[in-house]
Amino acid sequence: MNLIIGAFTIGLILSLLSLGMLISFRMIKFTDITVDGSITLGASLTAVLIMSGWSPWLASLAAFLAGMVAGSLTGILYTRFKIQEILAGILMMTALYSINLRIMGRSNIPLLDTDTVSEWPEQLLFNFAAGENRIPVFGWPVSLIDLSVLITSIIFVAVIGYLLYRFLLTHFGTALRATGNNVQMVRAQGINNNKMIIFGLALSNGLVALSGALLAQYQGFADVQMGIGMMVWGLASIIIGEALVGKSGIGVTITGAILGTILFRLLIAIALRWGLNPNDLKLVTAIFVFAALVAPLVFKSFHKKFQKKSNHA
Amino acid sequence: MLKIHAVSKTFFPQTVNEVRALRGIDLTIEEGSFTCIIGTNGSGKSTLLNAVAGTFFPDSGTIRVGEADITRWTEYQRARLIGRVFQNPFAGTAAEMTIAENIVLAMKRGLSHPLTAALNKSTKSEIGDRVRMLKMGLEDRLDNPIGTLSGGQRQALTLLMATWLRPRLLLLDEHTAALDPKSAAKIAELTKLIIHQEKLTALMVTHSMQQAVDLPDRIIMMHKGQIVEDFQKEQKKRVRIPDLLDTFDRVQKRELMDESVAEMLIRDYV
Repeated sequence: MNLIIGAFTIGLILSLLSLGMLISFRMIKFTDITVDGSITLGASLTAVLIMSGWSPWLASLAAFLAGMVAGSLTGILYTRFKIQEILAGILMMTALYSINLRIMGRSNIPLLDTDTVSEWPEQLLFNFAAGENRIPVFGWPVSLIDLSVLITSIIFVAVIGYLLYRFLLTHFGTALRATGNNVQMVRAQGINNNKMIIFGLALSNGLVALSGALLAQYQGFADVQMGIGMMVWGLASIIIGEALVGKSGIGVTITGAILGTILFRLLIAIALRWGLNPNDLKLVTAIFVFAALVAPLVFKSFHKKFQKKSNHA
Repeated sequence: MLKIHAVSKTFFPQTVNEVRALRGIDLTIEEGSFTCIIGTNGSGKSTLLNAVAGTFFPDSGTIRVGEADITRWTEYQRARLIGRVFQNPFAGTAAEMTIAENIVLAMKRGLSHPLTAALNKSTKSEIGDRVRMLKMGLEDRLDNPIGTLSGGQRQALTLLMATWLRPRLLLLDEHTAALDPKSAAKIAELTKLIIHQEKLTALMVTHSMQQAVDLPDRIIMMHKGQIVEDFQKEQKKRVRIPDLLDTFDRVQKRELMDESVAEMLIRDYV
């Protein structure tokens, strides 16, 4: 049960990463590698701010804003200086590695016994459980702290998912989505496509950094290496989500990304439990994403071959 | 209304691929007129249209729409004044978005995009009413992705979108050339209808001599980046397809002669 709750919580926290990447990869169709750096940026900034006595809420907000700055810089590299999108992301990610080290002053900051954003439900649960440290959920004893983090994550994801949904359906959000779809049309409709790309990347990396902020508070540390491979994980989650619920409509896509991330984390938890070497995790994820990207092409060519054969017959 | 003055554009200057696409174009289009540009491939007719649309900046010359000097305006800034339909029927609409979402963008062409819900019931019924006029049954499919429609249907919607907010100037870039004959005829008819109903000022590039004779009230012929013929008013009314073809021949012959004369002079004197 603890395993499942843990996977669920991390899944929820990382679904903010997936929602952010949904904006860059799916809405404005920008292959943004800044993600690996901005999730660490969110985590390290939050850790340092909380350690220096900031409220965890303000620290998380600061992480979100810092992520927005990082994303818009990638956007400016791409739009203003005409650097290819992948290279722009790589430059920003590389720069962020040093920036994150600067922010933290060292490669790792532990966050033990500090306040987190889940303080409030923790108090509530504590009163409710009348002093017990564990309460039963479906018959299993679950630690109050784990439960309160889970509740906080659910609230965070629900609120942000809903706000994102409403945002994408506004005039501005519609223009943003069209930018990834048909740039020529967007310009002909009087929309500054460069502005849209910069804003889209800012919002995307803001959410990614927020995800990093919550992740640091949940796992109790920020580490300069923690962002490596996050982009591929997010992409895997989005692909799983699309396979689960499809992509007809904004609400469906957002729900899919959230469910996909949670399912992905559960699968990983189970695989690790069954003895998958944690060192192999990124390799397995990369192979999974490769398969998911290639599968539609393979299906198509099979389909064609089959059709040809049946035509000859 | 539209005043193009001494506009020149050279692509790839000072290379072997140098193309002098526009050579000092002067053209004034009257308010409420419908002008057609014809010419051979590479004559610069689409380039002229793109210069007005703002796809690139001219090397020299000015472009004015009404009182505004738009020579240095970007493409998206000009969208406030200009509606456009492209040759590629897929270029004017966003395939993955629904018909209603595409149109809602056109309802804000050149305006700001506020953080308010884009579509509500009243907007949708307004969209439905105007889409019904296309007589394609699309009013019942407003929530379908536009990518599921045919080229002709998408071009009809693009035309509707370009004119949803009345543009000061409508640019049509061979917008029926990529369609099957039946759809092309339907779009041509629709173009004429909308331009007359809304009393629009329009500039159209076409390959179709039939359209050039049938639709506009002025025909301009371009050749090698220059305007070589201009049929207006009474003259335009008398023009038939054979006249246009004759003019094409004459223009090409004149140029052949120019070249052979030049060659002779070089042979004799250099």
